[in-house]
Amino acid sequence: MDTSIWQPILYLIGIMAFAGLNAAYLGWCERKGAGHVQRRIGPKEVGPYGLLQPLADGIKLMTKQLLVPQGVDGILFRVAPILAMIPAITSMVAIPFSPNIQARSIDLSVLLIFALASIGMMAVLIGGWASNNKYAMISATRAVSQNIAYEIPMLIMVITVVMMTGSMNLEDIAAKQQGGFWNWNIFPVAGESVAQALIMPVAFLIFFICSIAETNRAPFDMAEAESELIAGHMTEYGSMGFGLFMMGEYLNIVVGACLTTILFLGGWDCPLGLLPGVWWFLLKIYILIFTFIWIRWTYPRTQIYKLLNLSWKVLIPFSLGILLLTAIFIKVEGFLI
Amino acid sequence: MTVPIQCAPDETFVLNLGPQHPATHGVLRVKLTMDGEYIVKAEPVLGYIHRMHEKMAEDGTFAQYMPNTPRMDYLSALSYNQGYVMAVERAAGIEVPERAEYIRTITVELNRISSHLLWFGAFVLDLGGFTPLLYAFDDREQILDLLEHVTGSRLTYCYYRFGGVYNDIDDEFITGTREFIKRLRSRLPSLYHDLVTGNIILIKRLKDIGFIDADMCRRYGATGPVLRGAGVEFDIRRNEPYSVYPELDFDIPCYPEGDSMARYMVRMDEIEQSLRIIEQALDKLPDGPVQAKVPKVLKPAAGDCYTVVEAARGTFGCRLVCDGTKNPYRLKLRSPTYSNLSLFGEVAEGMLLADALAVMGSLDLVIPEIDR
Repeated sequence: MDTSIWQPILYLIGIMAFAGLNAAYLGWCERKGAGHVQRRIGPKEVGPYGLLQPLADGIKLMTKQLLVPQGVDGILFRVAPILAMIPAITSMVAIPFSPNIQARSIDLSVLLIFALASIGMMAVLIGGWASNNKYAMISATRAVSQNIAYEIPMLIMVITVVMMTGSMNLEDIAAKQQGGFWNWNIFPVAGESVAQALIMPVAFLIFFICSIAETNRAPFDMAEAESELIAGHMTEYGSMGFGLFMMGEYLNIVVGACLTTILFLGGWDCPLGLLPGVWWFLLKIYILIFTFIWIRWTYPRTQIYKLLNLSWKVLIPFSLGILLLTAIFIKVEGFLI
Repeated sequence: MTVPIQCAPDETFVLNLGPQHPATHGVLRVKLTMDGEYIVKAEPVLGYIHRMHEKMAEDGTFAQYMPNTPRMDYLSALSYNQGYVMAVERAAGIEVPERAEYIRTITVELNRISSHLLWFGAFVLDLGGFTPLLYAFDDREQILDLLEHVTGSRLTYCYYRFGGVYNDIDDEFITGTREFIKRLRSRLPSLYHDLVTGNIILIKRLKDIGFIDADMCRRYGATGPVLRGAGVEFDIRRNEPYSVYPELDFDIPCYPEGDSMARYMVRMDEIEQSLRIIEQALDKLPDGPVQAKVPKVLKPAAGDCYTVVEAARGTFGCRLVCDGTKNPYRLKLRSPTYSNLSLFGEVAEGMLLADALAVMGSLDLVIPEIDR
């Protein structure tokens, strides 16, 4: 990599554009996806196939007054929506879209992304707390307990992958899985141990469930359960404050899908060798995002205590077991082959 | 998971659920005293859309009150229409032709299905599932089209008249209804039961939550699916038969569990039973007039009478007091949802907010009918 001044600027523009487009157009995808699940058309009036709908929404949200209700904590109330957006965009720095499209190859990029994800959860907490609204407060406390519960199994799964690949650099992790889907971490048949290949799909499943819960998506959208808490932490937000929360939510989904792709689905690896890697990477993340949308519009919402039970009583014991087994398989070479 | 909890009163806070809240489906306000997410006390506050329906009855003639009846419960309007019409017919001693009774039964059961379909959608929406609502609306739309064809309106039908019905039904309606029965029967198992009833998340949210037993139903006067979900096989159509129900063969769905799931299952089964009733009524439909000879100005003799019908939400009663003039002297309406809501305070105690809202959804509240 050359170190000219243009490169960081180019990446900055590229990442901002990618993040902005995704944040806007995932809203459109969600509405179209929901429309198809529900046997209706979805947005179609604004532009061809309703493609200009996000633009119209953006103009509408930006031209509205940012209302700050009485009795709220003014500074925190304004900071929270920004805080929802920033960590998600920042995470993009460390994500390798292909071997040569990555802003910075950071040695501890896995750790960086999870640290930023935790800051993202602070936005919900701060927004809920500053709103001076009981529904928002309940939502904030729910979000935090949910986040704590689901980060543990998620991180244990990440540790498993890190142990298998021996690196905390996302680029290295993806690079180790190249050469066909039998090398991918979801089902590494070509790896050192066949037994490992049998437990990794479970690990993938746990990671995927946790990433749904982490991004506050249905059926785990406890924080903004609209039939209980109106709009949760966003109840008091209007105009672009609300818009930023929504964009942050979609960006978190993108980051979650990117992480899942890199950790389990081989990153930019192409099973067929047709197109450049970056297209395969994008294809994989959009399939994952589509799954997110599909799940959201199919299932009803769970209950907060059932959500916590699932994490503490099922996912954490299972993930600890997987971690232990992985450690054994790595230590005892040729175990169960 | 309804764990009764003890806490100091100063640790609680008051949460106003409504009058504008997505889960109350109308302007119902519930004053909740909360301890964290647990409900310590729930008080429903009514009266936000009180329209003095009972007083309005006294101010006009018997026929003038007719359009008020469907505005009470806009989801199963025909039951309320029928309840009032039956009361006046009893007071004035009007005989209804048999064909009219059959048409009433067919239309009122179609209306019951449409009401249950909407409840199904709204209930799953309360639980966070948006898609089933639109599937249910798709089917409900067919009923609205059918009823629009005969009654002229889509929601607040005012179709029955003293001594008959406003319009005779035609072949188009009959074939359309038969097609609808076929369509709903094919869609019920896949789109409703496979997608929603068998869903593990739904089962976990409804099963063993929100117990309402028969004793509580008796104390509060709860009727309809709430009572049948508590294991009491009580249905006005069977226990105090009216219209042509004695001639039709149908079951009363009854689940003894008393939880939200039981109430859900009662309503889902009732849809199937209503389809059976409509099918039989269409087969037995006799020829003849649909309207009896009724004097232009109705002046029932002094006295009072009480009629009950089984509406989609429970027992709807009409007590009509006449004094020999052309206006009712007094009309007392007994609406089922009012009693069904009254027990919410007792059920919700010690429950989590989300569970309490699921229970509220399972009561199938229609607020204009509570406030009248």
